[in-house]
Amino acid sequence: MGMKIKRIGMFTLVVLLILSVVGCSSNTETAEVAGSVGGGSSVIKVASVTPLSGSQAAVGESIKNGSELALAERVDEFKALGFDLQFAPQDDQADPKVGVAVAQRLIMDDDLLAVVGHWNSGVAIPSSEVYANGSLAMVSPANTANDVTDRELPNVNRICARDDAQGPAGADYAFDELGIKSIFILQDKTTYGQGVADEFMNQYKSIGGEVLGYEGVTAGESDFSAVLEMVRASGAEAVYFGGIYPEGSLITKQLKEKGIDVKFVGPDGMDSGEVINIAGDAAIGMTYTSLAADISGTPEGRVFIDNYTKMFNKAPEAYSSYGYDAMNVTLNAIKAAIEGNGGEKPSREDVVAAARATSGFKGLATNVTFNKRGDNTEANIYILTFDEAKYPATVTKEIPATGYLKD
Amino acid sequence: MEKLKNLLQVYWEKEILQLAIIFLAPLLLYLFSSSGVAFILFLTSFLVLYLSKRLNTKVKLVIAIVDLMVIMPLVGFANTYYLDVITQIGIYVVLAIGLNIVVGFTGLLNLGYVGFYAVGAYTYAIFATAQANNFITSSILQFPVSGNWFWMFLVIGMIAAGFVGFLLGLPVLRLRGDYLAIVTLGFAEIIRIVLNNLDKPINFTNGPKGLSPIKPPAFFGIPLNKTIHYYFIVLILLVITVIVVNRLNNSRIGRAWTAIREDELAARTMGIPIVPMKLLAFSIGAAFAGMMGVLFAAKQSFIDPSSFGFMESIGILAMVIMGGMGNIAGAIIGAFAVVVLQLHILKELSNFLRGLTVAGIVSISPQLDPAKYERLVFGLILVLMCIFRPQGFLPAKRTMAYIKKQVNKLKKIEKEEDVSVE
Amino acid sequence: MEQMTGMIPQLLIDGLTLGFVYAIVALGYTMVYGILEFINFAHSEIFMVGAFAGTEVLLFMQSAGYLGSLPAPVALLIAIIIAMIFSGTVGVVVERVAYKPVRTAPKLVAFISAIGVSFFLQDAVRLVEGLWKNAFYLSTPTLFTASIHITGGLRIPVKVLYIMVIAIVIMFSLNLFINRHKLGKAMRAVAQDRNTASLMAIDVNAIISLTFLIGAALGGAAGTLFAVQYSLIHPYVGFIIGMKAFTAAVFGGIGSIPGAMLGGILLGLLEVFGAGFLGILTNGVFGAEYKDVFAFAILIIILIFKPSGLLGKTVGEKV
Repeated sequence: MGMKIKRIGMFTLVVLLILSVVGCSSNTETAEVAGSVGGGSSVIKVASVTPLSGSQAAVGESIKNGSELALAERVDEFKALGFDLQFAPQDDQADPKVGVAVAQRLIMDDDLLAVVGHWNSGVAIPSSEVYANGSLAMVSPANTANDVTDRELPNVNRICARDDAQGPAGADYAFDELGIKSIFILQDKTTYGQGVADEFMNQYKSIGGEVLGYEGVTAGESDFSAVLEMVRASGAEAVYFGGIYPEGSLITKQLKEKGIDVKFVGPDGMDSGEVINIAGDAAIGMTYTSLAADISGTPEGRVFIDNYTKMFNKAPEAYSSYGYDAMNVTLNAIKAAIEGNGGEKPSREDVVAAARATSGFKGLATNVTFNKRGDNTEANIYILTFDEAKYPATVTKEIPATGYLKD
Repeated sequence: MEKLKNLLQVYWEKEILQLAIIFLAPLLLYLFSSSGVAFILFLTSFLVLYLSKRLNTKVKLVIAIVDLMVIMPLVGFANTYYLDVITQIGIYVVLAIGLNIVVGFTGLLNLGYVGFYAVGAYTYAIFATAQANNFITSSILQFPVSGNWFWMFLVIGMIAAGFVGFLLGLPVLRLRGDYLAIVTLGFAEIIRIVLNNLDKPINFTNGPKGLSPIKPPAFFGIPLNKTIHYYFIVLILLVITVIVVNRLNNSRIGRAWTAIREDELAARTMGIPIVPMKLLAFSIGAAFAGMMGVLFAAKQSFIDPSSFGFMESIGILAMVIMGGMGNIAGAIIGAFAVVVLQLHILKELSNFLRGLTVAGIVSISPQLDPAKYERLVFGLILVLMCIFRPQGFLPAKRTMAYIKKQVNKLKKIEKEEDVSVE
Repeated sequence: MEQMTGMIPQLLIDGLTLGFVYAIVALGYTMVYGILEFINFAHSEIFMVGAFAGTEVLLFMQSAGYLGSLPAPVALLIAIIIAMIFSGTVGVVVERVAYKPVRTAPKLVAFISAIGVSFFLQDAVRLVEGLWKNAFYLSTPTLFTASIHITGGLRIPVKVLYIMVIAIVIMFSLNLFINRHKLGKAMRAVAQDRNTASLMAIDVNAIISLTFLIGAALGGAAGTLFAVQYSLIHPYVGFIIGMKAFTAAVFGGIGSIPGAMLGGILLGLLEVFGAGFLGILTNGVFGAEYKDVFAFAILIIILIFKPSGLLGKTVGEKV
């Protein structure tokens, strides 16, 4: 009996310990709420939701950092309007279930007015349904799947181009300008990779190109020798890889090692400095489509790179500037909603309407005007090529995405 | 300090503290519906209620019903987040109970439980989206089917997953221990990869792009798509599961399972049909996973194969083992602990530390951002749990209960004999 | 058909390379299993730790300028040895902290403890690399670029040869150690019957630690070889390799050292040939994406007909 009591005692102690920790945290929360009520509800929170843990954490973090910087730069501006602007970064672990749980939590926070996110379209789609229930505006920096905006939710917007713009643009360029008449398509069997590869393939076939093979690889694996032998056997002039840079760079490298002499074409998932680290000289000649301009050429871009490096002690990556722009679009919308509400704190519905009304926004990586679905009509698609083993690659062509937008 | 400890102990023995938690926690949650402490306390009160010796079973039942049927929905009106957390807990509780049949009752290590969950989820998702039109052209049935079919699909999902479990079990159940583990693991991977690739030659599953929007359940045409609806559906399914599994466990079948777990050879010599019993455990466990899969698909409204990975199986297994194998209450507690830990406590901790950083009390480098290390903390807790409480929160009581009963019976017989001698 | 025969020699080389990496990792699983009958789920993370240690050594040598002056095989050897020491230490610490206290508990508890360790190590490495390098994807410096042309398009990269040679040397010395050395005999004794072994004046705890040390060191060597071959590592890289290697160990008969080698090599070949030929054989209905299904299906079929793996001993039931 004594043992049992002791054990139960231990258990209570643990519970109490946990409670005290959680207690502290929610006490601060309630304190904040109380403060905000007292001060006329002055807190405005904006969340970023990206994967911060797990294997996709690197890119999730670069988006989070970009938006954190954008928000930090405008805290004073909102203070002048009488609001305390706060950043609430969240981790969706690249898992749809966690994404939905985070979304449920976010819509319960009355001070939270908008969300910048996600990274994975598979997470964005179910989570945005929850945001829609809570009338929470979402501005996506990086979700390219068609379904993200094709469901026509009023609160969902994205600043990047869609799969059915990027894939076809790449196909047109490969066929017309690179003169590639036959191609072997690889994709990583993810929502993103397969989505963009399918769009590429449809366009490529319709303009007369020959697709000599279509195979899936497993994301996270390191050995692609078998499918590369198929590429060799097919005699295709080029490989299109629908997927992201870790696998893409390894494929490039292994193609070179195997002495298979084909061109490599990829989507914006290849837009990372890591490509050079992994593939080295093998990356020379690689062509990829990207949705972000090379920002290092503009004065604003250089300032951004400086500030980012200062704040996070590392250089920004391709998606950092998307995160930055998405946050600025969001903050502009909130500001517009505040002004529309006579300087008072706006409702979420006001912010949803203001975000959708975004027009003529001049951003770092992209200009933004949303159409009725929340797609960005001013998104551009850039074609880049590695002329030497150095990131960023050279921009060889700039294509407006509007031509590929269906409406 | 010593005094305080004694005082606590006295209170504990008299169960004053417990009673206070049981009765005050729901009230607190009702009053402070956005407070994390109240929510955790509320969840803890169920454990305390279960362990309480002062209250008899009927009173316990009434309190539990009031907590779940009245307090929680009321709280849900003010704060749907907690309602959603508790709904998710409910889903995992059923999964953990189902896996417990296989791992805890029968002692078969199944590392691919989530495969059956996927079967259920896709069974509903394919027919409750326009997907089925790709391979069924029928003038009678139009896809997506209406949400009224959801109830029917709960059963269909059960049957489908149970049947798949049966098919898998048929050849592999002769394997022992870890060989069975790897086969089930491989099997779940096969299911996931096939689901990820069956978008050609005929598009059955839509591959990695997933299926959406999945129709929510409906009751005579009224769609039930709010958190509160799912809460009640999960609650009903949970109650059914607990009753069914409890009856099973205390039946001839349940005892046969225990016998197989304790000593397969002895069980065989006692005339227990080993393979049919194992198959039954396997299929029934799978059937519950299939049922919850249907619900999961309806609740998420979007599913893709990435939700059914190996880590998901491991998570459910961790719930069973942390809670205490072979015990329904243990599985429930394990599911509570893991889900609350992952979705709630660790996130609160992250937010709390971030709050401190923002307030400038401590400065944490971005690389030390706690949000990134939730898995680290979870891993640490798993290890500590295994070291300090290897039998789980609530281990199975079958052996002890059984022995006590037998001893009492013998005593009774002895007494009767004594009487008759007199 | 012609297309297929043309691919065979190159696929054979690729399959063997992959298979050797699986085989060395599988050795770690099989050794621990042989002694403790316990799936060391965290072995994949030990492998990952080894890959990081080896890469860091190579990166250090690169930044200090040694990499250019030392012959590449020597540099590789140094990296492998340091990685083995490092991951061996981690393996022993893990055993002492997380496995020893649960040795008497049900096997499943140890399994969950191993999962906990696995989660912990993944994020711990990420934390360390994050603080140190501010990034957790590492690219391993290139050591070997040359390749030997045989005929036509067929070529063997030099690094593949090194990897195969090192793998074979490791496996044979391990086999020799287990079968001939006194400590190896002690390990086998502990595997057979822990209590009797302890009566024979064998320090069971020390032998178990030794098993973990060797298994983890092999994981470290495999990690370094992997990093050199594929040149990209991150804290989550162990998961897929670990799962495949564990499958390989079971395939060959878990607990059997030649079995782990055979299982690893066969799995590598199965995967590569599956990926290369499935599409052609089924006329494009099932493509390379089904290679894991193919590998797992063959595993399941083999286990059904030979329930203790290819080279595993059928253990009689204890009565």
